[in-house]
Amino acid sequence: MPHNHPETELHNPQSAKPPLDPHLKALENEAIHIFREVAAEFERPVMLYSIGKDSSVLLHLARKAFYPGRVPFPLLHVNTGWKFAEMIAFRNEIVERYDLDLIEHVNPRGAAENVTPFTHGSALYTDIMKTEALRQALDAGQFDAAFGGARRDEEASRAKERIYSFRTPDHRWDPRNQRPELWNVYNGMIRKGESVRAFPLSNWTEVDIWRYIQAEDIPIVPLYFAEKRPIVERDGMMILAEDPRLELLPGETKREEVIRFRTLGCFPLTGAIRSKATTLDDIISELETATVSERQGRAIDRDQSGSMEKKKREGYF
Amino acid sequence: MTAPATANAVEHVAAGEVLAFPAQEPARATRDSRPLRLITCGSVDDGKSTLIGRLLWDTKAVKEDQAATLQRDSNGKQNDLGLPDFALLLDGLQAEREQGITIDVAYRYFSTDKRSFIVADTPGHEQYTRNMATGASTADLAVLLVDARVGLLEQTRRHATIATLMGIKQFVLAVNKIDLTDYDRARFEEINHEFRELALSLGVRQVTAIPVSALKGENVVYDGRASMPWYDGPTLIEVLELATTRSAQTVGFRLPVQRVSRPGESFRGYQGTVAGGSVKPGDSVVILPSGMVANVTKIVTFDLVRNAAVAGDAITLVLDRQVDVSRGDMIVAIDSQPLTGLSFDAQLVALQPEGIQPGKRYWLKSGSRRQRVQIQPVSQLDLQTGKWNHAEQLPMNAIGKVHLAFDEQAVFDTYEQNRTTGAFILIDPDTNNTVAGGMITAKRSALGGIHTEDARVILSLPADLADQLMATELFAGRREEAEVRRVSAGKAVEIIDDIDG
Repeated sequence: MPHNHPETELHNPQSAKPPLDPHLKALENEAIHIFREVAAEFERPVMLYSIGKDSSVLLHLARKAFYPGRVPFPLLHVNTGWKFAEMIAFRNEIVERYDLDLIEHVNPRGAAENVTPFTHGSALYTDIMKTEALRQALDAGQFDAAFGGARRDEEASRAKERIYSFRTPDHRWDPRNQRPELWNVYNGMIRKGESVRAFPLSNWTEVDIWRYIQAEDIPIVPLYFAEKRPIVERDGMMILAEDPRLELLPGETKREEVIRFRTLGCFPLTGAIRSKATTLDDIISELETATVSERQGRAIDRDQSGSMEKKKREGYF
Repeated sequence: MTAPATANAVEHVAAGEVLAFPAQEPARATRDSRPLRLITCGSVDDGKSTLIGRLLWDTKAVKEDQAATLQRDSNGKQNDLGLPDFALLLDGLQAEREQGITIDVAYRYFSTDKRSFIVADTPGHEQYTRNMATGASTADLAVLLVDARVGLLEQTRRHATIATLMGIKQFVLAVNKIDLTDYDRARFEEINHEFRELALSLGVRQVTAIPVSALKGENVVYDGRASMPWYDGPTLIEVLELATTRSAQTVGFRLPVQRVSRPGESFRGYQGTVAGGSVKPGDSVVILPSGMVANVTKIVTFDLVRNAAVAGDAITLVLDRQVDVSRGDMIVAIDSQPLTGLSFDAQLVALQPEGIQPGKRYWLKSGSRRQRVQIQPVSQLDLQTGKWNHAEQLPMNAIGKVHLAFDEQAVFDTYEQNRTTGAFILIDPDTNNTVAGGMITAKRSALGGIHTEDARVILSLPADLADQLMATELFAGRREEAEVRRVSAGKAVEIIDDIDG
């Protein structure tokens, strides 16, 4: 046995991964702690799974937290019906591979009224197909805790979010009256109908997410890697033009570009970036020199300043 | 205090000379690569948000689209340097922008080539002290801002005191807006002197004082030598890059059990985050409060077979025998055990408008354990004089000393020895709100464990000692009246007696 130092980690022969650097290790430990705490304190937790890179990291951490047991709660995917096709294929594969319970919810009202980002505009569409749908799904499952992959570095009102974010029975967030959160002692006491949103990735940054995906070899949707894809340029965004429901407006043309996505949401509202990054190394070095933020490509953040806060107050994640 | 008049015009004031306390921890051979958690505090309008905005701006953490939003939100309200209002980078809530103040703690992330940082920007207003305490509880270092023109205020003292109570050992005194005093060195030293007195009274050992203009970016990331040739000390970022994260704690192995993992008949593991010391297979451990003993056989994590785990590691522990362990228990080193008992002394900060009511039964949560506790306020800190005055109750924002009385055995280290197993929050059972954050200072000794409740005395004693006491003359004539209550599986006894009787 070559390693006898008490702090040496003996690697599993199947795993040739080098140990995580102390920074990522500290973030991982914190996230696992939060997962276990919520799973122990609440009766019906659920994990929001949006199929993006943060969700992928979140899921990986959940599997670590409960190993050797199964992930002890279901995943909830609020489907707007306008996700990238590759995302849905990826989701189905992951659910099967890791033996997960998946709940998929589409807002029936939105579906019946055929609410789309084109007909209703991004703000109303998001309100109905995401916020309202989420509230319906959480109510239907009587979930008292919901994990989300939000990070405080994403947006100004996210930076104010607690790790345990208390919600009233109608899912409202009151940013002026959040519970004090000291040390890593979380207050999970709620009344019936109230709930907590828990954010294990609060202290992660975008670069941390990518470095962790690389270190842990976490599968992600291929749309994050650059490839030649059909696009249409609209409102200063490059929109993926694969879905037949995307109708070209007068003056618009479809063309091919080498692009990738830095963030994934609904395809009509998520802009691609020009990039040659085909590997994780490429992505990380691209990110380290990036001059614009991650959410620059998200239409829904730009409706007006403070719009994320408003959505969150209404129950958006 | 004015600068000593010397003929030598190039005399430099190194920060280390201004507050020449010996460093408490030896310099590390290798730089600490973990992220540094810091808090900025100080009174309203001392420029905290501007300082952090400047840190983010000068470390290139503000991206172009965010800068564009900032320019737009500033409404052309640029300062005379042509820069936007940095505070708007931090104050992200609508109400904060409307009022131009920070209401809630905001966490921000930035990095240099050498290190990454998590900064908690906390409010200056007294009414939001709870959010300052929230930020302080996890910080390694506090940057205390003082407006060079105004000097130390009561809020400066409150924040320095809370930061110290929360165990922060490293302080940076940022004397901000120094440009508005014409870079007055004498003024800088005067404030240092004043803060030194406060720091000494609080027992703070590591202080670096820096004259700063957050607005102009002097001595933040870039040095301010052009304006302040008399200052030869480090910039703020240099201090932050070299600061240490929370030091390893002195007590032995501690694992508060969060969850029991039983995926099948063949596996039973105890999941939690190591809160102190280290553990390896073969170690003997004790489960508290039951006192049962077992040996560690395995440390399980997702992808590694480990032969040791240290403080901070989230692990699953497997023991060599079937023992009764559940959430809330603590698995500890057999040769270095925490304090157990029914009565403890603590300091706490009252965080809600209703304050802390004497005799009220609260929920106390520490680690993964939640139990009922009665609080008896003892004294309250007077921030002006630094004296502890007798107090019957603690209003919002008060810093107080209290006695804690439990119904069943409680397990703690002192906060000084372990910042996880010595910390707790109080939850009001009526509102479920977190009403205080507290730190254990001592266990109350058997006979010290007396507190009054109405006109009665409750003595919390180990069972054998209680039997001895009941046999003494003191109780000879009173055995019939005294109520004897056995708690926690007969290990302890409470004798409840009439105080005047």
